Amino acid sequence: MQESKRKIINDIILIAAVILIAAIALIIYLATAKDGQTVVVTVNGEHYASYPLSEDTTVLISADNASSNLLVIENGKASITEASCPDLICAHHAPISREDEAIICLPNKTVVSIE
Amino acid sequence: MNTKTKKIAFVGLMASLALVLSYLEFLLPPISATFPGIKIGLPNIVIIFTLYKLGVKEAVSVSFIRLTCSALLFGSIMTFAYSLAGAVLSLALMILLKRFDHLSTVGVSVVGGISHNIGQISVAILLLGRIEIGYYLIVLTITGTVAGLCVGLLGAMLLKAFKKLKL
Repeated sequence: MQESKRKIINDIILIAAVILIAAIALIIYLATAKDGQTVVVTVNGEHYASYPLSEDTTVLISADNASSNLLVIENGKASITEASCPDLICAHHAPISREDEAIICLPNKTVVSIE
Repeated sequence: MNTKTKKIAFVGLMASLALVLSYLEFLLPPISATFPGIKIGLPNIVIIFTLYKLGVKEAVSVSFIRLTCSALLFGSIMTFAYSLAGAVLSLALMILLKRFDHLSTVGVSVVGGISHNIGQISVAILLLGRIEIGYYLIVLTITGTVAGLCVGLLGAMLLKAFKKLKL
């Protein structure tokens, strides 16, 4: 019984430490995050295109015929509204505007990030 | 019945159970639209149960059968790469921690949940070539801890309920 009590205390210490570190990291991230200027699109790990966040635009990102993501920049926020990928996780993602935020489409290997 | 046959049958049973749980999780709507990586990790209940009930070899088998089948059925080569990295890292750490024996099933499961996310994010950073994705990890660590806690508690309950089961 003593043995399992010690393990539970270890569990609690572990969980508390992890949550504390993550919370501090999150606070630091949110406090230092600035509004970004540019929308950078990366496909296959290579730079594809950049667009200013201040201008409203709609562009079709298509590195090859098989994949496409529709990028919409509106009111200083960027989002993907349509995509050819099966899961559509990128299309469901909330619009991004802060520096280093990113929408990632894993099937199309496409990343839309803010700089 | 001979123990080896029993073990093989049990691994098959656990692998199909893990596969069903993967499918269930695949059917559930995403918990958060902003952070699509957030998952409960239901199959890990089965992995934890197998690890404690049978052992390392069996848990590894169940995990890889589950991974391969779910990638073939409702994934792609890309998702297989992510899942594999997550599974290898979390399995390795869970096996090590179980051996060190300083944490209960719940603690082991929490580490499993967090390291699964770390493995996946690492592959994403490698494949996509963008280190910025790392900020996802902060959020995923918190959710991974909560998910690991739930999974660990369920796993511990199952182990308690099946205490008398000898294999």
